[in-house]
Amino acid sequence: MIAELGLAALWLATALAFLQIAAGVLGLRGDAHSARFAVYARPAAVVQAFLAVLSFFLLLYAFAVTDLSIKLVATNSHSMKPFIYKLTGTWGNHEGSMLLWVGVLALSGGLLAGMEKRLPEKTMSATLAVQGFVALGFYAFLLLSSNPFERLPVPAAEGTGLNPLLQDIGLAVHPPTLYVGYVGLSVAFSLAMGALITRQVNPDFAKVMRPWVLFAWVFLTLGITAGSYWAYYELGWGGWWFWDPVENASLMPWLAATALLHSVSVLAARDALRTWTIMLGVLAFSMSMLGTFLVRSGVLTSVHAFAVDPERGTFILVLLALYIGGSLAIFAVRAGSIAEGKRFTFTSREGALVFNNVMLSAILAIVLLGTLYPLLTEAFDVRVSVGPPYFNPAGAIFAIPMFIVMAIGPLLRWKDDKPKRIQFELCLLAAIAIAVVSLVAILGDYAILPLLGLALAIALGVAAFLPLRGRKLSRVPTAVWGMVMAHFGVAVALFGMASESAFTQERLAAVSPGSTEQLGDWTLTLEGVEPIAGPNWTAIEARVLAARGNEDPIVLTPQARDFWAPAQATSESALITRWDGQLYAVIGEQTEDGRWQLRVWWKPFVTFIWYGGLLISLGGVLSIVGRVRLDLKRRSAVRKGNQRREDQAKITGKVQVEPAE
Amino acid sequence: MRPVFFIPLALFLFFAGLAAYMLANGRFETVPSGMVDKPLPEFSLPPAVDGLPGASQANFIGGEPKLLNIWASWCLPCIAEAPQLERLKEEGVEIIGIAIRDRPEDVADFLSRYGNPYTRIGADDISELQIEIGAAGVPETFVIDGEGKIRYQHIGDIRADDVPEILEILEDVK
Repeated sequence: MIAELGLAALWLATALAFLQIAAGVLGLRGDAHSARFAVYARPAAVVQAFLAVLSFFLLLYAFAVTDLSIKLVATNSHSMKPFIYKLTGTWGNHEGSMLLWVGVLALSGGLLAGMEKRLPEKTMSATLAVQGFVALGFYAFLLLSSNPFERLPVPAAEGTGLNPLLQDIGLAVHPPTLYVGYVGLSVAFSLAMGALITRQVNPDFAKVMRPWVLFAWVFLTLGITAGSYWAYYELGWGGWWFWDPVENASLMPWLAATALLHSVSVLAARDALRTWTIMLGVLAFSMSMLGTFLVRSGVLTSVHAFAVDPERGTFILVLLALYIGGSLAIFAVRAGSIAEGKRFTFTSREGALVFNNVMLSAILAIVLLGTLYPLLTEAFDVRVSVGPPYFNPAGAIFAIPMFIVMAIGPLLRWKDDKPKRIQFELCLLAAIAIAVVSLVAILGDYAILPLLGLALAIALGVAAFLPLRGRKLSRVPTAVWGMVMAHFGVAVALFGMASESAFTQERLAAVSPGSTEQLGDWTLTLEGVEPIAGPNWTAIEARVLAARGNEDPIVLTPQARDFWAPAQATSESALITRWDGQLYAVIGEQTEDGRWQLRVWWKPFVTFIWYGGLLISLGGVLSIVGRVRLDLKRRSAVRKGNQRREDQAKITGKVQVEPAE
Repeated sequence: MRPVFFIPLALFLFFAGLAAYMLANGRFETVPSGMVDKPLPEFSLPPAVDGLPGASQANFIGGEPKLLNIWASWCLPCIAEAPQLERLKEEGVEIIGIAIRDRPEDVADFLSRYGNPYTRIGADDISELQIEIGAAGVPETFVIDGEGKIRYQHIGDIRADDVPEILEILEDVK
C-alpha cells in the first residue's frame, strides 16, 4: 500500500508539472482569457512539492519498517541494519537518491511559487514554466527508468544490503548536502530563464535570485569540504583532493555558483553585468546536471565506483541536451536584446568582480576540459588519465591573479575609483606578501606554487578585514560581515593547502616491531602488528606509539584491511590532530625479512583547509541572514508607509499617488 | 542576434555529441588485470568439493592451454555461463575452476544442477588467488598457455557468442 501511494503521488506530481508548464506558458500571453488559467501555476507548484516530498517520506517509511516486498528495499536494506542506516539507506542507492533529488527540486519550486511576490507576474509565469519543465524531465527519468517503488513478485525473505562499508555517517550526510546545493541552483536557472524570456533582467530580479544562489552555494561549499575530508581520511593516500571526476563534478558547479553569486550581487547593487548573470545562472545549473550525469552514467571511470548503467546515462544525456542545449539556444537568440547595464571603469569594484568572474570561469573551463579530456581521447581510442600535473599549474595561472584581485577588489569603490586612494592598503598587502616570500625562501627550498600560496594566503587573510577599516563595527551590515568571513575563509583554506604542500614531512620505512623512527619532532615506535577480524573483513593492525617531543605517547592503530564481497584491499589511516597540523599514519605490506612498511606524514596546518571551508560556508549563512533581515525590514517599512498614506488619505479625503517601491 | 552569444551553445553541442558517441560505442568494460601476459602466480588450493582434486599453479604447466574459471555457486551469472563452459568442454578444452568463498555442499549442488565442466576445482576461501590474479569479481575466465602464462582475461560471464573467440585464442596461444 505504501509503495502504491508513493508511486501515485509521483504520477500526480508529474501531472501537476504539466499543469504548471501549461499555466506558466499561458501566463506569458497576457490576455484576459489566458490569465484565467495562468493563476494555476503557483498552486500547481505548491501541491506538487507536497506530493513529491510525500513520496520521498513514504519511501523513507518503507525503509524504516524494511518492507521487503519492495525491490529497492530488498536489494539495499536488511532487517538487522541499525535503524539510522536503514533511514540513510533510502538515498544510498540510485533510485532513492534520484527521488531525493526530485523531492528537493519540487520543494524549492514550491517555496519559490508560494513565497516570491516581488517579480512581475509574467516573469514569474515564465520562471514557473521553466521550473516545471525541469521537474517534468526528472519525474520522467524516475518513473520510466528508475522506479523506486517497484514491487517484487514474491517478497524477499531477507534484504541483501548489510554492507558495513556503506554504514558510514559521512557517506549518509554528504550526498543530500550536495543535492540541496545542486537543486538550489535549479531555481537560479529557472529565474534566469524567466527573466531572459520576459526581458526583465534588472536589479529586482537579482534581489530575488540572490538568496537562492547563496543558499545553494553554502550547501555546495559544505558538501565539497566534507567530501574532501572524507577522501582524505578514508582513502589513505594522504591527499585531500585527487582531481577525480566525481570530485570535479562537485567543484564545477561551485566555481560557477561562486561567479554567479558575485555577478548577481553586482546586478542587484549596480544594475550591471546583466548577460553575465544570465549566462552564469544557466552555467551553474548545467554544471550540476553535468555532475549528476558524469556520476550516474559511468562515461568516466573514477575511484568512486558507482553502479554503471548506460541506459540511464542515455536518459540523463537526453535531459541534459534538452535543458542545457535549449537554454543556451534561448540565450543565443535573446541575449543580444538585453539592454546593456550600467557602465563602469576597470578600476572599480565592478571591474574587480568582472575580472574575478572571468578568472573563475577560466578555472572552471580548465577543470571541465581536464575532466572531459579522457572522454575526448577515448573517442580516438587513446586512454589517458589527467591528474594534478595538469590541474595544479593550469589552475594556478588563473587562481593567482584571482587571489590578488580578491584582496584588492572589496577596497575599491563602485563605478570608478583611483588606485591612489587605496595606496596605503596596496603597499601594506604587497609588503606582507614580499615579507612572507623572503622569510620562507630563507627557511628552505620550496616549490614556487606553495610559496606563492603562503604569501597570498597571509596577505589575503589581512586584506579580508581591511573593508572594515575606518567603519564603526556595530554598524557594519551583516552581509558585509559575511563577505569578510568568507574571504577570510578562502585565505585560511589557501594557507592550509600551501602549508600542506610546502612543509609536509613524509617517512616511509620498513620497521621491525620494537624499533623507533623519527619524523620531525615526532618519535614513532612500532609496538607490534596483529591480525584482527571485522564483520566482513580481515586486517592487520599496527600499534604505533607516537610522541611529540617529551609528551606522553599516543597509541595509533592504522590498519590494512582486506574486504570480501566485493574483494578489496583498503588502508585505514590513523590520525593525531593538533592545532598546528596532523600526523597521518598508514601501515603497508610486510617485507620479506619480516619488517613492516610504515608510512607516516606530518602535515602542518592541513586542517586549515577544512576550517577554511567551514568559514566560507558560515560567511554565506551570515550573508543570507543579513539579506533576509534587510528584506523583511524593508517589507514592513513599505507596509507601514502604505498604511500611513492610506490613513492620511482617509483624513484628507484625497487619493495620493502611490510612489514606486 | 550577436554571434558571440552562440559560442556556449556550439561548445555544448560539441560535448553532447561526443558524450552521445561515447555512450553509443559503449566503453563500459571493466579495467583489465595488470596480470595479463605475466606468469600465473604461485598458488595451491585444496579441493572445493568431494570427488574432484584441488588446483595449483603446477596443473597449468605443460600440455595444452587451459582455462582458469573464477566462479562461485552463489553467483547468478555463473549459472548463465554454465552451458557455454559445457560447450567449451565438449570442444576438448580443459577448464580448471576456482570456487570463491564457497561451501562444498553448495558446490556439489551447483554441479549436479548445471553440469560439471571442470577437471579440478580449487577452493579459494579468502580470495587470495582472486586478488593476486587481478580478478575484480565473479565470474572471470583466464586463458593460461602451456607455460603457465596468463594470455587473456574475460571479465563477466561467457556468452554464447564469446565461445568461438575463446576457442580461437586457445588455438593461437598453443
